[in-house]
Amino acid sequence: MTLTPVLTAHWDEADSHTIGGYRRHGGYEQVARGFELGPDALIQMVKDSGLRGRGGAGFPTGMKWGFVPQGDGKPHYLVVNADESEPGACKDIPLMLANPHALVEGCILTSYAIRANWAFIYVRGEVPHVHRRLRAAVREAYAAGYLGRNIMGSGFDLELVVHAGAGAYICGEETALLDSLEGRRGQPRLKPPFPAVAGLYASPTVVNNVETIANVPYIVRNGAEWLTQWGTEKSPGFKLMSVSGHVRRPGVYEVALGTTMRQLLEYAGGMRHGGEPKFWLPGGSSVPMLTAEHLDLPLTYEDMAAAGTMLGTATPMVFDDTVSVVKAITRWLDFYKHESCGKCTPCREGTGWIAGTLHRFEAGQGTEAELGMLEELCAQIMGRSFCALGDAAATPFPAALTHFRSEWLAATHTPADQAFDPVAATVLAAGATR
Amino acid sequence: MTSPTPAPGTVTTPPPPGPPPEATERAPAVPADHVAASIDGVDVVVPKGTLIIRAAEQLGIEIPRFCDHPLLDPVAACRACLVEIEGQPKPQPACAVPVGDGMKVRTAQTSPMARTAQRGVLEFLLINHPLDCPVCDKGGECPLQNQAMSHGPGESRFILPKRTFPKPVALSTQVLLDRERCVSCARCTRFADEIAGDPFISLQQRGGRQIVGISDDTPFNSYFSGNTVQICPVGALTSAAYRFRSRPFDLVSVPTTCEHCASGCALRTDVRRSTVMRRLAWDDPDVNAEWNCDKGRFAFPYLQRDRLDAPLVRGAADGAGAHVAVSWPEATRTAAAALAEAGPRTVVLTGGRLTLEDAYAYAKFARVALGTDSIDFRHRATSAEEADLLRTVVAGCGLGVTYADLDVAPTVLLVGFEPEEESPIVFLRLRAAVRRGGTQVVTVAPFASPGAAKLHARVLGAAPGQEPGVLAALAQPGPDGGADRPDLSAAGSVILLGERAAQVPGLISQAVALAGSTGARLAWVPRRAGERGALEAGALPGLLPWGRPLGDPDARAQVATAWGVDPAALPTEPGLDLAGFLAAVAQDEADAAAHAAAPDAGDGAEAQLPARRVAAVVLAGVEAADAPDPEAFLAALGAVPFVLSLETRTTEVTALADVVLPVGVVTEKSGTFLDWEGRARPFGQVLRESTAITDARALALVARAMGRPLGSIEVADLRAELAGLGRWQGPRPAAAPVAAPVPPAPGPGQAVLATWRHLLDQGRLQAGEEALAGTARPAVARTSPATAAALGLVDGGPVTVAGAHGAVTLPLVVTAMVDDVVWVPGNSAGSRVGVDLRAGAGDVVRLTPAVRSDEPGGAP
Amino acid sequence: MSISEQARAELAELAGRYPVARSALLPMLHLVQSEEGYVSPEGIAACAETLGLSTAEVAAVSTFYTMYKRRPAGKHHVGVCTNTLCALLGGDAVWEAVRERAGADHDEVSPDGLFDLERIECQAACTHAPVMTVDWEFFDRTTPAQAVEVLDRLAAGEEVRSTRGPVVRGFRAAERTISGIDDDGLAGDGPNADDLMLATLHAAAERGVGPADGGPAAPSAAVEGRPQA
Ligand SMILES: Cc1cc2nc3c(=O)[nH]c(=O)nc-3n(C[C@H](O)[C@H](O)[C@H](O)COP(=O)(O)O)c2cc1C
Ligand code: SF4
Ligand code: FES
Repeated sequence: MTLTPVLTAHWDEADSHTIGGYRRHGGYEQVARGFELGPDALIQMVKDSGLRGRGGAGFPTGMKWGFVPQGDGKPHYLVVNADESEPGACKDIPLMLANPHALVEGCILTSYAIRANWAFIYVRGEVPHVHRRLRAAVREAYAAGYLGRNIMGSGFDLELVVHAGAGAYICGEETALLDSLEGRRGQPRLKPPFPAVAGLYASPTVVNNVETIANVPYIVRNGAEWLTQWGTEKSPGFKLMSVSGHVRRPGVYEVALGTTMRQLLEYAGGMRHGGEPKFWLPGGSSVPMLTAEHLDLPLTYEDMAAAGTMLGTATPMVFDDTVSVVKAITRWLDFYKHESCGKCTPCREGTGWIAGTLHRFEAGQGTEAELGMLEELCAQIMGRSFCALGDAAATPFPAALTHFRSEWLAATHTPADQAFDPVAATVLAAGATR
Repeated sequence: MTSPTPAPGTVTTPPPPGPPPEATERAPAVPADHVAASIDGVDVVVPKGTLIIRAAEQLGIEIPRFCDHPLLDPVAACRACLVEIEGQPKPQPACAVPVGDGMKVRTAQTSPMARTAQRGVLEFLLINHPLDCPVCDKGGECPLQNQAMSHGPGESRFILPKRTFPKPVALSTQVLLDRERCVSCARCTRFADEIAGDPFISLQQRGGRQIVGISDDTPFNSYFSGNTVQICPVGALTSAAYRFRSRPFDLVSVPTTCEHCASGCALRTDVRRSTVMRRLAWDDPDVNAEWNCDKGRFAFPYLQRDRLDAPLVRGAADGAGAHVAVSWPEATRTAAAALAEAGPRTVVLTGGRLTLEDAYAYAKFARVALGTDSIDFRHRATSAEEADLLRTVVAGCGLGVTYADLDVAPTVLLVGFEPEEESPIVFLRLRAAVRRGGTQVVTVAPFASPGAAKLHARVLGAAPGQEPGVLAALAQPGPDGGADRPDLSAAGSVILLGERAAQVPGLISQAVALAGSTGARLAWVPRRAGERGALEAGALPGLLPWGRPLGDPDARAQVATAWGVDPAALPTEPGLDLAGFLAAVAQDEADAAAHAAAPDAGDGAEAQLPARRVAAVVLAGVEAADAPDPEAFLAALGAVPFVLSLETRTTEVTALADVVLPVGVVTEKSGTFLDWEGRARPFGQVLRESTAITDARALALVARAMGRPLGSIEVADLRAELAGLGRWQGPRPAAAPVAAPVPPAPGPGQAVLATWRHLLDQGRLQAGEEALAGTARPAVARTSPATAAALGLVDGGPVTVAGAHGAVTLPLVVTAMVDDVVWVPGNSAGSRVGVDLRAGAGDVVRLTPAVRSDEPGGAP
Repeated sequence: MSISEQARAELAELAGRYPVARSALLPMLHLVQSEEGYVSPEGIAACAETLGLSTAEVAAVSTFYTMYKRRPAGKHHVGVCTNTLCALLGGDAVWEAVRERAGADHDEVSPDGLFDLERIECQAACTHAPVMTVDWEFFDRTTPAQAVEVLDRLAAGEEVRSTRGPVVRGFRAAERTISGIDDDGLAGDGPNADDLMLATLHAAAERGVGPADGGPAAPSAAVEGRPQA
């Protein structure tokens, strides 16, 4: 069975977001355990577990922690990336609503491991209810003595601050996030130096995704081996996969890595009209789309890479054949144009040009020559922008052209809304779920 | 094939065609801290950390760039400079990646990857850029235009509407922004933040709408704003002064030196048809790097304003009455006759703005033609203590503390000196040093000025008069063992003495003592461009060129030989300085008054009126308002029987002169300024066709008419003569330390006046540049909260500061500062301390809440 | 408007929560919005003063982030996600309906001042598409008719509860919550987790899969007595 209710195990209890609900299932017991093990053993344990970052890039978490220089006399910081703004990603926000204490306990363990006395959770601004739940959890943890000075007599101090962003996708990019957390415009920083060496306030900083950190208490509780029972050698563990789109039961599915899209679809009740997806994206709008022929690939970092896409946030969006690819891609490019931070030329100018040209296709006014131009423009951004947002913006179109060339050619004469009835794609249309 | 180890930064010749570049043998030995790499197959050895773009420059390989600027932190934002690095899948920004050992870099010259990347970025940059080059100020000298030609795509494929903005936006009265031209390189904003410390412009909005802007209520009033116009790689930023005025290809450029202050900036002056169109900062890594201040950049309309074009003499035979224009021979004859009669009873006041060569001509004229040593270049508050300092440790000492020393000084103590206001490049160099992290600036001042704040300076609070005590305390180990004391004994520490130190008795002596006891090096930083040169030229009583003591027979003999005169003809007694001149005229007046009151000596015989101590005065463009007491100065001029003024324009002084000789301005001659370091800053003649007469030539004409020729007055000859003299190597008289008096104690309703001049103010050389004036700091008065409370003054409310002879009313800014002190700017609109108050720093003034007309009785 | 002494004290309090005060700027600007209804020049000046920045620096930050409004906001902020997934699943239709009902367009306030409309980007609620937000609280799986009804009820002054959160209280109140200056006491409102968030547990229950977290099962009493989400 690949369903793995770990982080989600008790969300059906009305108080799972409170310290009582969390402690009922052994929550916060790992803090003492962590103090017993000591920082280095904790880092080793996470290394051994093979845990990879859940923010999208899948960087090995223990290795990242290991980059923090020890005994350098500088303050260290933990920054949790709770900006979740990738279109399609919808896992950290539910996790923080229903199980915020797993994140708080993870912050304590991680900070202790990397020898940080300050931790920040950078939460996108637009979710006040998440701020409430998380802040309440932090307050409860302070009151219970898990945060603050000399935690449980260990001599370890930790201040944990829940911080609000203010609407900028780029602030999910870790260095832009750090600038934003320093009260600046959220534009990415030149690397090197990497955050582990010079991050927040130019001090060694670990930036990890919410889900990554929330994994930590469970690894400490059950051991490194435990995690490796799921997934593959390169992609061990389980993952919160939000499945959205034209499925009967969209929702957050916590499954072992390596689960296939077909299995996920089955959990989600299949496509709303039955049949197979027209296209789907394994992990956010920033990864190349796949089609029905890829449904049996295991959802792992390596298998997705082999298929020419990426696991990304592992939050599949699934679309049926009511959807105009042209319209979908155009809208995503509007997003990247809107969210481009403006720092570098290719992304700032390229996203606007591409989006503008795509709008011509959506209106049925593109030309075949412009298809070639769009491919070139994407190539002019890919690998040349300052950060990965530009790469992300250059990603959707080429794959969509590869898989659906005829649809793009049709868009040289027929507007998308004529080719595809917009009403048919909505949840109001027949076949909508529950 | 063996190649010798290339020296750092040297270029080896490209390999001959044949073996591919990779086959070139790597030079075996690379100096320590260096790396060897190749760019487009050419070997290069550079210091570790050198950026690829800099290494390529050394090889003459061109890489396009917009955001890159060698003096700004790299940001790698524009992506124009992408190059291929062997082994890396993506092109890398040459402006941000340091050369690695063994790295093989390929630029667009040899790499298709780099070529397409660069072309792609340029295409993106151009899509929203207007095609208005024909009307753009930058057209013809625009990096975007040039690089689009050399590295860009041919045709544009962009058919969507371009981004447009209603144009232009005034970032200040001086700097305008055409937003649609901006390429978001952030050079301007980084300059403002990193270099000037004035982050009043910043990138606003985001993405395609990102644009440079100010906050609504705070314009870009930075003393350094013009630099952003210069470094903007497109025509987005323009200056109000130059906008639409000319095309680069119509301009003739001449390297010049700024005449405004003693920072010594290298400039480039651009001229079209005998008119200066603009001035730019020019590159001199030893001095101003690539920056200058807005005064130096924009304050040049004066060159063409109120100019005198003909010699003037008094019309009536008795020397009274109106001026009439006369020929040069007639004017020089008239002057010569009067000066010959006055002889050694003539005082020469040269101001602080002459070139070294002109000042030298005055120094020589005084000694040779007039036989007097009464010559002073200091037209400002002075003291004998200062003259002592100049004679003993400044004049003839050559290059002393330098800018490079400031870069690495662990501690820099500022005494009577506000670098941002008084020597802006010193400020920028100190700021860069502080930003690098190794330098701490300490200032002895009544409060942390904006400039001091930007230097993160530690302020040792002192009211005017208290500074000597503060320095004395620095020299003593305190009760805490001095742990918290600025450490001037760390090797390389520097004490910078501003010209205002002369206003506080005992301060200079105390600073010299502190330097002696700590080992810190001392430097004197005057405000005006000509002061150090005039000092070296010998335009100070008791001092012959290059530090030669007048009292030393050897020194006199050397000078006499150089001048071709009999040593015995040179004066031996020190003459009058500015203060001595005023005192002497006052005595003359007193004598005359006494004589008028009692014309007979009591014995019936007509009493002999004693001879005037001052029978004539020669002025070199001095500004009455610059005198410590302008009214007294003008009165003194009125009392002297004969006044000769060598001037470029009409001033208050002109009216009092008996003969006026119009001389050339800096653009009309060549010459040399010595900056505060003592570094020579020669410059050429900008207006080649000018026939204007230099001060030196005018003096020579007068001297010849007096029958005492001065020899050649060609600039080259004067330079050669000065060089031939060389620095004084003999003994110098010791300075007599001056004890500090008890600081003034203000009574109730009073405060001690503190003041200095803003960089941008009512200074005469800034006249006529309204856009520049609009960026000046407003005149405000400052007191501490306690002083304000004690006197019933409110923050923001008007306060009247009254001296013995006048008052100014200014808005009060309550400031964290020393109590019982009021600060006002020295020469700003509404606050000209000398003219309006006839008071100076250290004087006790009265403070009252200004009475508003609608408030009978005024504030309590 | 001018910033009250109390608000200035709160701005300073936020600044005091960080090792480097400037870090508080984003929360401070949220607080300014709750005080002023938008990022007013006075608010910018107050932040600049508190943090020792130039007003241009603060303005540079405030104009970078879309949540900061540059003109007085309407009473309620109404956002409709029109990113691809929500848009296709009905977001575009919801947006049209909201726009018509409010009589305002993107980044505009309705003539009655009640609604401040914004086409918003992905809200990390894709499973709940199409998503509307009122004062940034979720209105999940919204139809055009439901959206209009929400606006009607707000216009009538009725109490309107979000689908995964509390009753909506207006833009300013939301901004105060987001700033984090104090506790609004509403953390327990709304469901612990809604049905879609429980997808794992539903699928697990259907297949007889239990928790995999390795933690203690809940004491039976607690389980029996536990309130169902
Ligand atoms: C444009 C962009 C947006 C991103 N957004 C997020 C995000 O919202 N949340 C997140 O955790 N990581 C995001 N990332 C990835 C982060 O940069 C970073 O890799 C991640 O937070 C590291 O955490 P992890 O190692 O735990 O995955 C984003 C990256 C890019 C380039
Ligand atoms: S105004 Fe000029 S210098 Fe400033 S960001 Fe724009 S292009 Fe660069
Ligand atoms: S696409 Fe609308 S919330 Fe995700």
